[in-house]
Amino acid sequence: MQTTWAYISNYFVYSAMAVFTISFIAHAFETAFAVRAPETADTTEGNLLTKTLDYKRTERAARIATAMMILAFFLLLAGVVARGISAKHVPWGNMYEFSITGALAFTGAYLVALRKHDLRWLGLFISISVLLTLGTAITLLYRNSSPLVPALKSTWLVIHVISAIISGGVFLLANVVAGAYLYLERVESRGERPAWLKRVPSLEVLDQLSYRLVAFVFPLWTFAVIAGAIWAESAWGRYWGWDPKETWAFITWVAYAAYLHARVTVGWRGRRAAWLCIFAGSTFLFNYVYVNVWGTGKHTYSGL
Amino acid sequence: MTNQVEIPELGFIGLLRFAWRQLTSMRTALILLMLMGVAAIPGSLIPQRITNPMAVRDFFANNPGLSSWYDRLSLFDVYGSPWFSAIYILLFISLIGCVLPRSVEHYKAMLAPPPVTPKNLDRLSFHQEISASTASLELAATWFKQKRFRVRIEGDSISAEKGYLRETGNLLFHLSLILILIGVSFGSLFGMRGDAIVNVGERFINVPTTYDTLSFGKLINANSLPPFTVKVDRFVAQYDPKTNAPKDYTAWVTVTDSGKTSKKVLKVNEPLTFGNTRVYLQANGYSPVVTVRDSEKKIVFQGPVPFLPQDGNLRSIGSIKVPDAKPSVGFVASFVPTNARTTSQGAISIFPELLDPKLLFSIWEGDLGLDSGVPQSVYKIDTSKLKQIGLGSVKPGETFNYRGGSITLETVIPWINLNVVDDPGKRYALLGGIVAVLGLLSSLYGRRRRIWIRTTNSGVEVAALAKNSAPGLEAEVNDFVKHLKGEK
Ligand code: HEM
Repeated sequence: MQTTWAYISNYFVYSAMAVFTISFIAHAFETAFAVRAPETADTTEGNLLTKTLDYKRTERAARIATAMMILAFFLLLAGVVARGISAKHVPWGNMYEFSITGALAFTGAYLVALRKHDLRWLGLFISISVLLTLGTAITLLYRNSSPLVPALKSTWLVIHVISAIISGGVFLLANVVAGAYLYLERVESRGERPAWLKRVPSLEVLDQLSYRLVAFVFPLWTFAVIAGAIWAESAWGRYWGWDPKETWAFITWVAYAAYLHARVTVGWRGRRAAWLCIFAGSTFLFNYVYVNVWGTGKHTYSGL
Repeated sequence: MTNQVEIPELGFIGLLRFAWRQLTSMRTALILLMLMGVAAIPGSLIPQRITNPMAVRDFFANNPGLSSWYDRLSLFDVYGSPWFSAIYILLFISLIGCVLPRSVEHYKAMLAPPPVTPKNLDRLSFHQEISASTASLELAATWFKQKRFRVRIEGDSISAEKGYLRETGNLLFHLSLILILIGVSFGSLFGMRGDAIVNVGERFINVPTTYDTLSFGKLINANSLPPFTVKVDRFVAQYDPKTNAPKDYTAWVTVTDSGKTSKKVLKVNEPLTFGNTRVYLQANGYSPVVTVRDSEKKIVFQGPVPFLPQDGNLRSIGSIKVPDAKPSVGFVASFVPTNARTTSQGAISIFPELLDPKLLFSIWEGDLGLDSGVPQSVYKIDTSKLKQIGLGSVKPGETFNYRGGSITLETVIPWINLNVVDDPGKRYALLGGIVAVLGLLSSLYGRRRRIWIRTTNSGVEVAALAKNSAPGLEAEVNDFVKHLKGEK
């Protein structure tokens, strides 16, 4: 019975990857044809300097891309849930499970943000990075589902890990936006944006958006760290022990606090703020990859 | 004359004032904050005494030159080092210097009405002029009241403000960080922690001598241990047959606390609580119960000997020291709960439960050095001055005879490691943590904004301003204008 669920989970993950691939292709199609569109658009006004993009031709591709992304999200959700059923615990016991859940959170963060902001230009990047994550997970990190070690048996696992994973998804999204900012800034410093970048929002919007994302999720990350401390107190008898994972969670927290200060109180904007944002996000990724795979300490549950 | 004395004094105070202003400036706070993040990094890459003393010892053995330099820079004790402490102490002084005056200011601002309406409203965001009836100001006042704005009503204008909770939350958040720091320091000054290995069937009595390791905060001493006992009745460890990973550890214990006895269950995430002191189940292993006899069959040693696990399958090492035998003997031993042999490693364990237990040992004769006064590990024997007289192995019930005596493995019982902790500061740290999250929520999600309205010749003009250009103000102003026009 347990293994059946594990198989079901794998099928869902594979289907999600297939659908992410369709979404990726649709995004690529949209981007590619949005590049060609300007030639056919707006020439009637005789003003070649302000070419605007005509998205009518690619609108359908864009919709398919987003719809597929949503479908893939739910398939992946089913995969994660089935994995949990097969292991009889929340599916956060090893690095394979962290990775598929992380990919889910990242996609989810994008889809939720998409409702409020026009982020479809990011879809190409999102779908390819989720595909790469899932591919790595299923080929390199895959482990059979197994029971949790006793220290992980706690309600706090659910609370702590879910808030950490959601925070991570949003942090990474903020990083992607900050990265887009830096890239576009370089492009713009050399002249006008090429056609395929025209629909990406202005630099100010990107700058503001990455800040919004961080400010939105910083309380949740703070909560995740505190929930971890409460859990550590009940499992290990101390709420803070400077274990490598704890240390890097702290570093991430301080880095984002510095970012928020730099923006709100010192008035950093633009390039400097974007670099600081990316630095803070990298500490999160580093914690996930380095400490799980090569690190020592009480937190190495990667199963590798 | 007087001048000459006064100038340096003023200069000194001026200098102090200058330093204070620098320290409490935002730029300094930002630098200190980043420094603290960077300073925490080495401690996660270099082994630390507090988390992994063994790794520190290995590091010393492997890199003698480098490690003496590391040690001089406190790199093995990063989080207690002078330079790390300097950074966070400066940060917190800066924090206090920044937040306390702001709290006072904020408190005053909350009591005072909002600032007066600026002269030129048209320079502010969402400025619009509307032709409206003369009753506009009253309409506006009721709207502000409904929406719980705080208002300053002047002859021809109203200045309204809302969202003080943002600032309140921000200040609470910063103050809560101070509370957390107080909690942490309080715990390390007045707390205690200790470890004790207890065989199943034995009783742990909370006095200093029963501990294997015990440390106290700087400001308390050994007299402050609360009197309780924990008798371990039964212990069960369950392992997954496929992966050998542990699934569950449960200890059934009998607890006496101030004269009252009760049965309790102790698990990894469920410690026992005695007032401020908590007892955690931290590790487990096996104690072979052995009987050692001399050549005349007289018992010279009998009892359980805790062995130290070396891997996930609980291959364990230990030593049995028999000073009462003549001459005294020692057994350098390893114990495997489920025995298997490999050619490369010798005896190994292939499962952590007692499926096929075996005790393997070498026997050494001579002065064990127990009376030398030098503290010794109970798990190891220094064999440099001893003579090996045999090699053997036994399964439960078996006896091994050697020149000068015999050893019998009677049975094997599990032991558990109890971790006893008293941290009187943790409740303050927890309270600080809760306040921090609540404060952050109201600080980062709160929107502080002002809306103004003033009558003009042709009607009224409206303008608004949001701190940090928080979103949503436009909708609010539109709603306000609709109300003024009577559309709502
Ligand atoms: C442990 C160190 C600190 C942490 C983790 C921290 C964290 C934060 C956070 C998360 C914010 C919210 C930013 C936003 O509204 O987007 C903030 C704001 C602020 N912090 Fe800090 N802070 C720390 C130390 C300090 C210090 C030392 C000072 C003073 C020198 C300070 C003064 C401020 C001020 C003035 C604000 C702006 C509030 C506003 O305009 O809404 N903080 N801080």
